Amino acid sequence: MNNETSNTTVSTAKAAAASDKSTLDYLKHNFREYGMLVTLVAIMVFFQYMTEGTLMQPLNLTNLVLQNSYIVIMALGMLLVIVAGHIDLSVGSVCGFIGALAAVLMVQYDWNFVPASLLCLACGALIGAVQGWFVAFFRIPSFIVTLAGMLVFKGLALALLQGQSVGPFPESFQKLSSGFMPDLLSSEGLRMTSLLLGVALAAVLAVAGLRARAGQLKHGVQVEPAAFFFAKTAVFAALLVYFSYLLASYRGLPNVLIVMAVLIFLFHFITGHTTIGRRVYALGGNEKAAKLSGIKTERLSFYTFVNMGVLAALAGLVFAARLNTATPKAGLGFELDVIAACFIGGASASGGVGKVMGAVIGAFVMGVMNNGMSILGIGIDYQQVIKGAVLLAAVFVDVYNKNKA
Amino acid sequence: METILEMRDIRKTFPGVVALNKVNLRVRAGEIHAIVGENGAGKSTLMKVLSGVYPHGSYTGEIVYEGQERRFVGIHDSERVGVIIIHQELALVPLLSIAENIFLGNETARRGVIDWMAAHTKTQALLKKVGLKESPATLITDIGVGKQQLVEIAKALSKEVKLLILDEPTASLNENDSQALLDLLLELKGQGITCILISHKLNEISRVADSITVLRDGSTVETLDCRAETISEDRVIRGMVGREMADRYPPRQPDIGETVFEVRDWNVYHPLHTDRKFIKDVNLQVRRGEIVGIAGLMGAGRTELAMSIFGRSWGRRISGQVLLGGKPVDVGTVEKAVRHGLAYVTEDRKGNGLVLNEDIQFNVSLANLKGVSRAAVVDSGREYQVAQRYREKLRIRCSSVAQKVVNLSGGNQQKVVLGKWLFTDPEVLILDEPTRGIDVGAKYEIYTLMAQLAAEGKCIIVISSEMPELLGMTDRIYVMNEGRFVAEMPTAQASQEKIMRAIMKAS
Repeated sequence: MNNETSNTTVSTAKAAAASDKSTLDYLKHNFREYGMLVTLVAIMVFFQYMTEGTLMQPLNLTNLVLQNSYIVIMALGMLLVIVAGHIDLSVGSVCGFIGALAAVLMVQYDWNFVPASLLCLACGALIGAVQGWFVAFFRIPSFIVTLAGMLVFKGLALALLQGQSVGPFPESFQKLSSGFMPDLLSSEGLRMTSLLLGVALAAVLAVAGLRARAGQLKHGVQVEPAAFFFAKTAVFAALLVYFSYLLASYRGLPNVLIVMAVLIFLFHFITGHTTIGRRVYALGGNEKAAKLSGIKTERLSFYTFVNMGVLAALAGLVFAARLNTATPKAGLGFELDVIAACFIGGASASGGVGKVMGAVIGAFVMGVMNNGMSILGIGIDYQQVIKGAVLLAAVFVDVYNKNKA
Repeated sequence: METILEMRDIRKTFPGVVALNKVNLRVRAGEIHAIVGENGAGKSTLMKVLSGVYPHGSYTGEIVYEGQERRFVGIHDSERVGVIIIHQELALVPLLSIAENIFLGNETARRGVIDWMAAHTKTQALLKKVGLKESPATLITDIGVGKQQLVEIAKALSKEVKLLILDEPTASLNENDSQALLDLLLELKGQGITCILISHKLNEISRVADSITVLRDGSTVETLDCRAETISEDRVIRGMVGREMADRYPPRQPDIGETVFEVRDWNVYHPLHTDRKFIKDVNLQVRRGEIVGIAGLMGAGRTELAMSIFGRSWGRRISGQVLLGGKPVDVGTVEKAVRHGLAYVTEDRKGNGLVLNEDIQFNVSLANLKGVSRAAVVDSGREYQVAQRYREKLRIRCSSVAQKVVNLSGGNQQKVVLGKWLFTDPEVLILDEPTRGIDVGAKYEIYTLMAQLAAEGKCIIVISSEMPELLGMTDRIYVMNEGRFVAEMPTAQASQEKIMRAIMKAS
């Protein structure tokens, strides 16, 4: 009897130790996933302190979202391209070219903004299709094809605008970037609709997380430790509510944030939960194995470029609407920020690895640093040096961890 | 005649495998010494030990060369004393010229500046020695494989070779080129160069060799002296395969039905050398519940045959018919092949079978994502259960199905690939070297699985270089050589000697 009791005690103690260990193990194994998020928060805290609170002021936060929206939008497409084992250097030029096209259509030809925008998106798809065709079916390295595209579209943008800035855009089109969610409840002070939307979103995400977890438990899938899961969900929801409160206390949720959020959710879902997403990872992870498993690898590569083209076009529209003019220099160097966002977010240059959320976080890491350093008055010269160092450091830590594991 | 090389009690192990065990080799100066043995007998490993590719210290035993014990720690050491190895896969840079290749890493240079005139003159002299009339400026990619082989030998001559090692030099050569190469070896012998020749082609060996050492399962079996007596090919074959077959295969009662799978008049051309026919007039039938083996040496075209049938994954200008249950079916893409119930388990699981960086679950569902998804949305719960099912069925040893396959052992990786294909519910299962590089226990499990699938009425085709495996598991064996089926025999009437003889007679 005595013996039995002590056995039970021992096994309980063991179980407790095991659960502790599993939480730790879990954190260790998933460091890659949460490491970048922690880094983003740390960077935000740092700049919040250094700028004496300016960073998180509602006005600045709104600007931060607006400034980075087009990078985030393109990073979603770029992530798929990179996971598939390619790269797209042309996105900055395409972005500028589409902005120019939009300006010519809307300003010089007085098109309504709806057909003009649709034509621009279709044009982006076509650009992606042409580049993807060379990469996927002719096996020309994407680096070369899109390097060519970068030059071509930079030139075409210049030709379209004849070297001039064209603007301003019709007001309805500007709303895409400078508009905010209309508020039905209160027109002054705190925008309740925006806040409520943020709260609702937090609630929906929490419930979805719980349901997914319940489903996993039902099927007997190993799940993350309960304590960790609840803590994560709570912190995440709190952050969402806090940010929507901040934005609501300025002018509410920007339209472009809503577009961005929908796209992020969509691509998160596609990459993580659909057969197409699955196939892209297989293609990037081992093309031969994917092919021998019946996956049409060429067609899949092709579509990742079409998708990239559409998103680059959308980013071009957002950027043009934000500046309210199309300039020949628009989009210059965007491709580097976009690619850096993906790599900071944990994507692998050799393909097969990378997450949508990682790329989004990567984009905001760059964005917050840009914004914070500008507020601090650091010159554009050293900003670039610091950003370069952060990119290298992020990838170094990532690779180092992978080698150690 | 004096001994130029003696290798004593060489033992070399890889994790979990003894590749060489107490190998002894004695080569006399100025002779052509052939080394024969089945695939995996340890021939290439032995030569890598000799040439320093596996450095001193990674093996035990000693190497005595020209009367001194040698401890080569790299290929540079062995080359310095005149031991030069020409590997089966030629080590030439295709887009450099003959002269550049010959002096690669050994340039005629002064302070880093190459003297091209001297290099050309020397190359011309070397090419003359090996009977090549090409200009030294010709690019390697512009000459055939046979001439490339001669360039390799010229390169060896440029390094003042005393002991030349050739690993399957004629494997990819046609008849004329092979003859020219053998003539050259005899000529080099006349100049006092000793040669070790690894070959599967016994007719070539009996033509040029002075002695033959037979390796089997990593040990020396015997050394035969061809000058003292005439050695028949059958005598050599007996030495190569003479091994007891233990009870290494699960018992099975074949229950064979009607013909289900049939390939007719299958012809395939090489994807790069498009004028070279690689698979020639192959006809193959498999009946319900039957396990059919395809025997042959490496390079016989077995993998290429299987892959060309499976969704035209290899080769060009493919012609012929595939029939299932008597009706012709279109298996022109992998997707269609899978839909018709074909599955091909690759010989190269890391290169062609698995997405190594992903987990077991990901890999098992990869060829049948529809089976775990609804309207293109993957149901991860169902996927997990499927992976669990195959984990239990195939006894995949892992911490969980969320473990990355890169961290699994070879046997367990193989089981993941098998699981992936079993989940497509195939009618015809092509297994290409299903037990290569995995341990005995896992082998037995895979054999058991094969027997079980055959008992369920599936058609199974096994490609294997291990003849005991074919004899132990199959009902019927096709023998393939140089792209052709050269023999077909019921396993009950087959033996290793018979298979080997069919291959040798054909080549």
